[in-house]
Amino acid sequence: MTDITKEALSPPRSFLSQDAIQLFYRLLAVFLICAVLAVLNDSFLSLGNILNVLRQASLTFFIASGLTLVVLTAGLDLSVGANVALSACIAGTVIHTTGSPVLGILTGLACGGIVGLLNGIMVTALRIPSFIATYGMLWVLNGLTYWYMAGETLHGFPAGFRQIGSGYLFGLPIPVYLLLVFLGIGTLFAQRTIWGQEIYAIGANPVAARLSGIPVTRRLLLVYAVSGTMAGLASIIFLSRLNSAEADIGESLTLPAIAAVLIGGTSLFGGVGTVFGTFVGALILTLVLNGMNLLSVSANWQPLVTGIIVILAVWLDMKTRRRAQ
Amino acid sequence: MRETAVVSQPNPLQRIPGVAIVLAALIVLFGAIAPGFLTPANLSNVLVQSTILTMLALPMTLIIMTEGLDLSMGAVLTLTSLCVAIVSLATKSMLLGLGAGVLVGAAFGTVNGWLVAILGIPPFVATLGTLGMAQGLSLIVSDGQSVVGIPHSVRDIYSATLLGIPLPIVVALATYAAFHGLLYHTRFGSYVFALGGNREALRYAGLSPNKLLIAVYALGGTMAGVAGLLMTARMNSGHPTAGLGLEFDAIAAVAVGGTSFERGNGWLLGTLLGVIAVGVLRNGLNLISLPSSVQVASVGVLVIVALFLDGLRSRA
Repeated sequence: MTDITKEALSPPRSFLSQDAIQLFYRLLAVFLICAVLAVLNDSFLSLGNILNVLRQASLTFFIASGLTLVVLTAGLDLSVGANVALSACIAGTVIHTTGSPVLGILTGLACGGIVGLLNGIMVTALRIPSFIATYGMLWVLNGLTYWYMAGETLHGFPAGFRQIGSGYLFGLPIPVYLLLVFLGIGTLFAQRTIWGQEIYAIGANPVAARLSGIPVTRRLLLVYAVSGTMAGLASIIFLSRLNSAEADIGESLTLPAIAAVLIGGTSLFGGVGTVFGTFVGALILTLVLNGMNLLSVSANWQPLVTGIIVILAVWLDMKTRRRAQ
Repeated sequence: MRETAVVSQPNPLQRIPGVAIVLAALIVLFGAIAPGFLTPANLSNVLVQSTILTMLALPMTLIIMTEGLDLSMGAVLTLTSLCVAIVSLATKSMLLGLGAGVLVGAAFGTVNGWLVAILGIPPFVATLGTLGMAQGLSLIVSDGQSVVGIPHSVRDIYSATLLGIPLPIVVALATYAAFHGLLYHTRFGSYVFALGGNREALRYAGLSPNKLLIAVYALGGTMAGVAGLLMTARMNSGHPTAGLGLEFDAIAAVAVGGTSFERGNGWLLGTLLGVIAVGVLRNGLNLISLPSSVQVASVGVLVIVALFLDGLRSRA
């Protein structure tokens, strides 16, 4: 029996309420983690730490939001971290040589977008499975960045530019405003536009999507390009926050971004998930890592914990979907 | 049983050109432009340096044949290399070090197999998760520092010779022979072909595809443990980033070697030639003074081209 007939024969499911329950559980998790950390450590509830968590979560969210669209189409983009590093280094060079932050920002976004588009071309035109194509891209970008930087560090950027990552507006870090903006845009795009709905359809059933006239190739190119551009945006925030660029800044970014997407309830098998869920996922992951930090757990433990979280998130997702069916 | 294996095998004659042409082209290219490439000392160096990759690429071939992937291999090798260093340092015994490395590697491989087979998590994400775990454990056990002062008995493994042949090459050749025998001349090998091609058939034959799948991933982890000993011996230390990205070279060797990512067939000799091709590429670029970053990018391009050609072939 094919999936389509199975779906047709099964009783109608209300995905909305199912998703609402899932989202409720995740918000509950956020609340519980906060409660535990507040009890364990006095400084957790300090304003400084909360703003720090939000800013950290927003950095993960920028990368993860674009990645969410890719995962919605049942694809994966493993090159996002390396893309951030390359885009940051190129944008940094442009700012240094031209003295114009605007030009640097545009270059960073364009660099990220072009890399994303190349990923899209590999997946659509060359028909290479997305995880392996973007994994190859990861190493190509890594090599390019290290070669380009040749061990150098770029640092010292104009004060105005540094405001993007480290400035405040009405007491809130500027990245948090950007987070709200892109959370809004991402949610509207995915839920309220035809293109967004087409992306869900492609992930749920690519064959049916093609047969019903959705331009699958063009939508996939769009999705990978958006993922790359969001990595470009993240690179700008990193650049201005760190006030420096090095070849290795992207190495620890991919796994947390994937973790945020998966914790947020976006299914690896495509067609299910929301950008808002990814925001909650980024928040949960950041809270866990922040909590470990506050409890003086060495940063060496972070990859181990993130890896376990990735596997747990996929497993829980598969379990709930199976039960729902 | 023998027949099953022969039927599932790709026609070698069709495949030899691809990887052999790549290898020959690289040798001619670097022979022409890289000074000192075609000297016996350098060629032997290429082969010795390819041994660690061989230990990873052979089991990776089997894993990819099951339509799987193991992204954790490089990180697991790093961890096992550290285990070898730490245990041999503490006990002054090479064998205990090797035992610890193999044990840890096999444990990770088994966990990978369990996640993929029993929990049904897609291999690339399951092994991405264990990659993070192995990386984290490497940092934790080493505290981010190199482990130095390991006994000579470990270091000598890499520099020793047997009948004039460097010991690492002997080990790699023996491993190749073992994998060749395992894949083409045992029941287990036929089952591996079936895991990629026809899992239902295994079930109808009363076998457990899940157990077989776990065994294939466990083999990968075990080999990463053995390779960990070679890595520690080669570097004369344990280092928390020693194996970074090695899984990618292994995937590159398998892809260039003509094993398909989509059709569940594999060719071990192709993988061996693929390993040498990757080794020649890195060595040649090194000789013309291009930094390791360019080597990494070139291997990336090599993989994408190989996969593109594989896709073309599978559609043809």
